[in-house]
Amino acid sequence: MKNPALIFLGAFLVNNIILMRFLGLCPFFGVSSTVETATGMGMAVIFVMTLAAWITWTVFNVVLLPLNLVFLRTAVFILTIASLVQLVEMFLKKSYRTLYNALGIYLPLITTNCAILGITFLNIDNKFNLLNSTVFAIGTGFGFTLVIIVFAAIRERLDMAPINPSLKGYPISFIAAGLMALAFLGFSGLFGLT
Amino acid sequence: MSRIGIFTRGLIKDNAVFVLMIGLCPALATSSTVRDGFGMGLAATFVLVLSNLIISLLRKNIPNEVRIPIFILIISTFVTIIDYMMQAFQPDLYRALGVFVPLIVVNCMILGRAEAFASKSSVIDSILDGLGTGFGFTLALTIMGTIREVLGNGTFLGMTVFGESFKNAPVIFMIMSPGAFLVIGILKALINKYVKKVSA
Repeated sequence: MKNPALIFLGAFLVNNIILMRFLGLCPFFGVSSTVETATGMGMAVIFVMTLAAWITWTVFNVVLLPLNLVFLRTAVFILTIASLVQLVEMFLKKSYRTLYNALGIYLPLITTNCAILGITFLNIDNKFNLLNSTVFAIGTGFGFTLVIIVFAAIRERLDMAPINPSLKGYPISFIAAGLMALAFLGFSGLFGLT
Repeated sequence: MSRIGIFTRGLIKDNAVFVLMIGLCPALATSSTVRDGFGMGLAATFVLVLSNLIISLLRKNIPNEVRIPIFILIISTFVTIIDYMMQAFQPDLYRALGVFVPLIVVNCMILGRAEAFASKSSVIDSILDGLGTGFGFTLALTIMGTIREVLGNGTFLGMTVFGESFKNAPVIFMIMSPGAFLVIGILKALINKYVKKVSA
């Protein structure tokens, strides 16, 4: 699988990060109460995920691999991502105030988001080059955004629906997510992607 | 709190998956079979107990301002150890769990216990807390793995449960991703209905 277009589609729909890979479930359930917050979170994830993919790819291939320090991958990646998010936050606050107001509150949440760290590990495990890593990260970010926005729309409707008290809150959200995952299973096999 | 209370708090009363709803990513992703769920639970327990132990030992020497990065470094050390140990001794399990082994480092259950308990408590209490929370996580993953493997594959730990006729047409989506969401949703609803006291 080397074609960037196929990598994008695979990350976007077929192996959707939330519904198929189970990464980033905390923001998926935590920040999906309205479509507006879900959109903000999705944009922040696309942005940070792409940056994180570049930085960790470079760190891995330029520093860790030549120095034979591959075993430090976990520790180095999480510290890199944590400092990256801090830097992005400071930079946006100073230079791009409107963007900061839109994404700012979601940025700290992203530091310990397993979706970001998971994608950087998958880039390394799949031995992607820099272009494919970027495409993979952007596709994954868009897949995350699509699913979290659709799910937020469903949850806005669920709030008004008459639901059995013991199903209210998490249980009905899980079941709705399960039905969405069932629908997304239909994408498997698209263009021969599994 | 008594020592037994510290142990059972994480095991049942504040069970990470079923009550607090944290550590969901590995709980849903690795519970498609009993073996994967149990293996993931034990790996997380290993990291939790040892990081609690070290953080509790160092709790008077860790400066308050930089405690979170230090906790993360200690946790990632043990994650790397279990990552390489599993690769060496359990290669099949390692392949099945995939990226979720290094991702134990961002499991909020582990950082949460370090911050809320181990950085303030004695060494013995911290180990007990780690064991209780870890076994609670293992228990939750094993229960989910059992339900999903029995229904989705007709087997328990690879042994046939319902006979050959069921094996030809099991509820196949249970071992795929929708099954994970449905099983935890239904379990949580049952807990809400019958264990009112526990649900927060």
